[in-house]
Amino acid sequence: MSGINRRQFISVMLSAGGALIVGMRAAGAAFKPTVPIDMLGEPLTSLGAFVRIERNNRIVIGARGCEIGQGVMTSLPMLIAEELDADWARVRVEQLPYGYEIGPDGPTNRYGAQGAGGSTSIPDGWKDLRQVGAVARWLLLEAAAQHWQLPQDRLKTESSHVLHPDGTRMPYAELVERAAAILPPAEAVALKTPEQYRVIGKPARTVDALAIVTGKAAFGIDSYMGGALTAVMLRCPYLDGSVDSIDDSDTRKIAGVRDVFALPGPVLGSSLDTNLAAGVVVLADNTWAALKGRAALKVSWKQGPWAEESSAKLEAQATEALKGAGIAVRVEGDLDKARKAAKRTLEAKYQVPFLAHATMEPPHALIKIEPDRALFIGALQSPSGASRVIADLTGLAREKIEIRMTRAGGGFGRRLKNDYVAEAVMIAKKAGAPVKLMWSRDDDLRHDFYRPFGVHQLTATLDKKNQLTGFGHLCAATPVNYRNAGMKDEAAGIGCLEPDDFPAGLLPNLDKRFFALESGMPRGWWRAPLHTFHAFAVQSFIDEIAVETKQDAVALRLALLGEARELDYKGHGGPKFDTGRLAAVLTRCAEAIDWKRKRSDGRGVGIACHFTFGGYAAHAFEVSVDGRDLRIHRAICVIDVGRVVNPLGVDAMMMGGTIDGISTALNLAITVKEGQVVQGSFGDYAVGRMAQMPHEVEVIQIASEKEPAGAGEMGIPSVAPALANAIYAATTVRVRRLPILPELNRLL
Amino acid sequence: MPQPNAKTDQEAAAPAAVATKPGAIELTINGELFLHTGAPDMPLLWYLRDVLRLTGSKYGCGVGQCGACTVHVEGKAQRSCLLPVSALAGQSITTIEGIGAADDLHAVQQAWMEEDVPQCGYCQAGQIMAAVDLLKRKAQPSDADIAQLTNICRCGTYPRIRKAVRRAAQLLATSTNPAGAKS
Repeated sequence: MSGINRRQFISVMLSAGGALIVGMRAAGAAFKPTVPIDMLGEPLTSLGAFVRIERNNRIVIGARGCEIGQGVMTSLPMLIAEELDADWARVRVEQLPYGYEIGPDGPTNRYGAQGAGGSTSIPDGWKDLRQVGAVARWLLLEAAAQHWQLPQDRLKTESSHVLHPDGTRMPYAELVERAAAILPPAEAVALKTPEQYRVIGKPARTVDALAIVTGKAAFGIDSYMGGALTAVMLRCPYLDGSVDSIDDSDTRKIAGVRDVFALPGPVLGSSLDTNLAAGVVVLADNTWAALKGRAALKVSWKQGPWAEESSAKLEAQATEALKGAGIAVRVEGDLDKARKAAKRTLEAKYQVPFLAHATMEPPHALIKIEPDRALFIGALQSPSGASRVIADLTGLAREKIEIRMTRAGGGFGRRLKNDYVAEAVMIAKKAGAPVKLMWSRDDDLRHDFYRPFGVHQLTATLDKKNQLTGFGHLCAATPVNYRNAGMKDEAAGIGCLEPDDFPAGLLPNLDKRFFALESGMPRGWWRAPLHTFHAFAVQSFIDEIAVETKQDAVALRLALLGEARELDYKGHGGPKFDTGRLAAVLTRCAEAIDWKRKRSDGRGVGIACHFTFGGYAAHAFEVSVDGRDLRIHRAICVIDVGRVVNPLGVDAMMMGGTIDGISTALNLAITVKEGQVVQGSFGDYAVGRMAQMPHEVEVIQIASEKEPAGAGEMGIPSVAPALANAIYAATTVRVRRLPILPELNRLL
Repeated sequence: MPQPNAKTDQEAAAPAAVATKPGAIELTINGELFLHTGAPDMPLLWYLRDVLRLTGSKYGCGVGQCGACTVHVEGKAQRSCLLPVSALAGQSITTIEGIGAADDLHAVQQAWMEEDVPQCGYCQAGQIMAAVDLLKRKAQPSDADIAQLTNICRCGTYPRIRKAVRRAAQLLATSTNPAGAKS
């Protein structure tokens, strides 16, 4: 067998129609894909693009996702290890780079889906990565069958060994060379049944934990390159403003500063995915020289078209907009008629602020551009987007652009935008040298793609039995559709108002409308995007209805949900929404917090539930308010994400989502004044610290045989309403505007 | 006086010998002596990262608010982003790289792994350095003592940090030869 044939590898990908294709390619023939050093080893030890088996029977599994703290570097390799029957305790995981390549049928990704957004990593991996492990195991079994001259079905596998019927155990390592030369099966291999699972469903700790606790884990910011200059940028503080004049005389005197130049902002009104703001770049030998150089700049700005924008004016704009007709998002029956026929109509307005992502690791990019190729190293959520941005700005073909994703110090949606990648490319082209672009914290808070600002006006009509007959949800918000080439044809309400969210489809008269506000504030996707404010408005309002009509808030929700059934759900996370699964997490949550028990010690209990991206969550809090001091005595999160791949990981996501939800709901808002973002540090954008947090988040996972959903985002939307409802129970003060603490202090 | 076996910035970055400069700042990092010959006002964080390539200490805010850059100076937790190297002449600094090795973990690192604390992991070096400092001052910290840890974790790992600090306190109390005696 020739060397080339021996180096055959399997690539597993989804075809355009979604069918699973297990293909064969010869490495080095038509293209040279990027393979990380650790995945190379000896060519004879690789089984496909994801699996390598070392001589000592240690199995190396490639992790294809962008690790932003959601645990995909652990959970995705678990799916492969399960079907491979690998000994998880001896598996080593390596990060894979972006796998864009030109195959026989055109552009493809040899690793499949690699982005991190919408909690899709696990559902995607469930479809294809188990097959990767199963094919590799099939090859090893076939190799053993040939070696022992036995049919495959007489052999078993266990813990990285093939078992002979007589009990002999052969390590995979002794079979891998023969296995690598066997053609994989043309058909998909049968997968395990759940009772055969040894890895899926078992708690697995973060594979990178040792590297993290010893300071060895490499994040984007930890990447350096010989000859690279460090760049920082002074960006125009005015939304869509530009550089008027620069005095860089003091900057150029600073030792280590190499160059200063202006960088233009994006073309106004363009839908291009590019850099975010105009500004002045300082290039230096190291970060400190660059920062000092930036501090010494004297720049005057042209204020641009949004110089008058302020949060107060946006509020007024929303009030005015809500008087109009808006864009119908989902309208059924006739809410006006229902209002006339109603015994009682309730209304309330809720307001949610802009939010910054504030990833602990601010944006960073390291890039080297050569005439015929480019190398990018950094933390990403959308490597395909980064690849397109680099290709657009350099003119290089995408297969000539190597992208190495590092661990990311948080994502939360910030890194779905590749503005910082675009900036680094523009700077590197001008500098004629590799560039390491650093963002400071104030850069990050003042130049983000913020979660949309919005005002939600809710209406409920009730008959004489206090049954809900109609529900109105008017949302006036800054659309998330902002200068995004891929979104220019999307409906304005996308990312702000979800047509099929609870209680849609559960009552006869429904009126959901969207009102687009004009703003120069950049908008983007923020963890569980619209669900965070959707749930706040709807689940707070349901609580208000219960209070006003003297109904139990849990019973009211359960009555609305009705018998367990599947409703159509067109948005992300659909195609179905199961009322029974939402009722089940709510019921379990009420039991766990001892909902029925009357509190007499100044404590109040609040509850909320929400469906996000295929996952069902409920939160309950027990709180007290002493003066201006809010204390959270108990925090409960009940979650149903279908079958759980890593229970320890899901627990971490729900605990973290709950804490993130509390921190955000209590403290965080980005405001704008005179066309500039006001907040610029953790002083005025006060991400929660230990002292504000409950000691524990009691996470309860519902056992389920359903297809797995992701877990990164479901743990946050029901937090803010459950907290506001608990505060009402404790104080009879209703908080309808986020963040909670300043509003509570205003109302108390 | 600079000691003959100390490394200058240039030597630390590239081992080729460089003549020592007058005015160089001498400091000990993880038991090794270094001479800083660059900008004296460079904060320790950037000296560690950009010059020595000790990247375990992270940048998070640059103004001492978040704690991602926490190191020990003369055994006490300090935020390195605000400490100019010139203020550290002759002092001894320990970073996350210096408190324990992969095969000889500090009790706090051990507890962090057992409780599976990290999510994104970015703030964790600073959290660990702050926790080591706390446990030196309070061998059995109360809830209120732990709540005094002010390092920010954006992922929300605080409840597991709490558990890990308690576990580390136990490990330190029961260990006959505590790794935690270091630093």
